[in-house]
Amino acid sequence: MANGSGRPLSPHLQVYKLPRTALLSITHRITGVGLAVGTLLLTWWLVAAATSPAAYERAQHFIGSFFGLLLMFGWSLALYYHLCNGIRHLVWDAGKAFELSEADRGNQIVIGAAAVLTVLTWVIGLAVW
Amino acid sequence: MASNSKTLRSPLQIARGLGSAKHGTEHWWHQRVTAIALVPLTIWFVFGVIRHLGADHAAFVAWLQSPFSALMMVLTAVVTFHHAQAGLQVVIEDYVHNEMAKILSILAVKALCFVLGAACVIAVLKISFGA
Repeated sequence: MANGSGRPLSPHLQVYKLPRTALLSITHRITGVGLAVGTLLLTWWLVAAATSPAAYERAQHFIGSFFGLLLMFGWSLALYYHLCNGIRHLVWDAGKAFELSEADRGNQIVIGAAAVLTVLTWVIGLAVW
Repeated sequence: MASNSKTLRSPLQIARGLGSAKHGTEHWWHQRVTAIALVPLTIWFVFGVIRHLGADHAAFVAWLQSPFSALMMVLTAVVTFHHAQAGLQVVIEDYVHNEMAKILSILAVKALCFVLGAACVIAVLKISFGA
């Protein structure tokens, strides 16, 4: 893998197994983009409610459909992941928890917290619905 | 026009003494400030959504007619879209390398975020002031 300069190369992504920290890092970005797309539904929901009861019913009907619920589940998971991992980024911004062992523990906390919060939200959500 | 060989700064930069445009960390900082603000706002939003799952129009409107809910929803929308456009800008800057495509897509994303954010705010205000 010589590039002629003798300088080290970036990892070749197709044959390089991403460490879990890198996997969580790119997932943060992917969920962020996904959540940005999700703001379209938020806008539709609010604008529909401001427009008319019929428009609001259409939005609610879509959200309550199978596809709507699937999207909502994905967004709730993405939201909690991005929230938890975002808080972890703020910890890093404060200059803390950079050791590999701490990063590994952070990975587990972020994944665990996002999963638990998502399940909890849906259990409560489906119970009160 | 011999400049100091020990520095990479041009003579004009040295004369002006400005360094960066003094906004070097502003984008980064805004993303952090909005991130921190979004922690409580997101928690409020999730609770609000759960409480109004399947709510009819009257109940939903009544919720946003409370001044506190309207305030929180407006803040959630504004800060969310501010955070979204800042984050999407960085993603585009990282992956789109054609200068024209990069600038156009950043402008498009920012415009869309401003429009959607304004639409959310107007919707909440319309409901809040009695749709």
